[in-house]
Amino acid sequence: MSDTPSGAATEQDLALVRALRAGDETAFMMLVERYQPAMLRIASMYVSTRAVAEDVVQDAWVGVLKGLDGFEGRSSLRTWIFRILVNTAKTRGQREARSVPFSSVWAAEPDVEPSVDPDRFLSLGHPGSPGRWAEPPVGWASTPEELLLSKETLAEVSRAIDALPPNQREVITMRDVLGWTSADVRNALDISETNQRVLLHRARAKVRRALEGYLGSGRERTS
Amino acid sequence: MNCSELVELVTDYLEGSMPAEQRARFDEHVSGCDGCTTYLEQFRITIRLTGMLSEAQVEPATRETLLGVFRDWRASA
Repeated sequence: MSDTPSGAATEQDLALVRALRAGDETAFMMLVERYQPAMLRIASMYVSTRAVAEDVVQDAWVGVLKGLDGFEGRSSLRTWIFRILVNTAKTRGQREARSVPFSSVWAAEPDVEPSVDPDRFLSLGHPGSPGRWAEPPVGWASTPEELLLSKETLAEVSRAIDALPPNQREVITMRDVLGWTSADVRNALDISETNQRVLLHRARAKVRRALEGYLGSGRERTS
Repeated sequence: MNCSELVELVTDYLEGSMPAEQRARFDEHVSGCDGCTTYLEQFRITIRLTGMLSEAQVEPATRETLLGVFRDWRASA
């Protein structure tokens, strides 16, 4: 995902748009191969079932095609496509009445829950070493590679992400699952650099906690 | 910078969004602290494992459907 991390459309984007307008189906299928899996994953965050998510992505593609004439190249083609997707998915999610009101989520203060259970540190009033680890994490170096990289561990990661608040889930999915840059995420979700980073940190910290609980090398509960 | 502060700054550190002076204190703390060294390492492993969730393939049926979508759009354009 290194193409045009931010800013305007590239020459390649503009050439693709011209090809699409001219009815070039090879160009369209190339875009499908490139973005469909990520679109499906993102759509799945907003709606209840995989079938609905597939439907949302299809609607988003229709929206992309219908909007081509309005594409002015002020953003990259990818950013533009994913904005259409996110809007389509949010609208459907709200109709399903399952979703949270996203605008108010984004407007809310980032939560202030600590990355690590405060009980694991010496108190800030400790005379010798305030705030120092009382129960430091136990490294995973001794965890067998087969366990660390197993399907079960990845399923645990997946569960931990599913359990995140929606705004944290969006950011970690785009950044760490799909490998987007922070500029990509800011553009797709229209959030600030700082907000992006705070949400990402909260999300990563919770996934780490879940892994620590799962791999059995810490005393934190993962719930 | 103590350990409970450092764990809140790991993403800032990995994103390279820290002022140089804070970064130096972060590095200095980690180099003398096994717990934070482990924490930083676990954070990196967490990010790597999360990156392994990515799925890649487009289902053949989906490809067919979308090709149909494109042809319908082209026919109506």
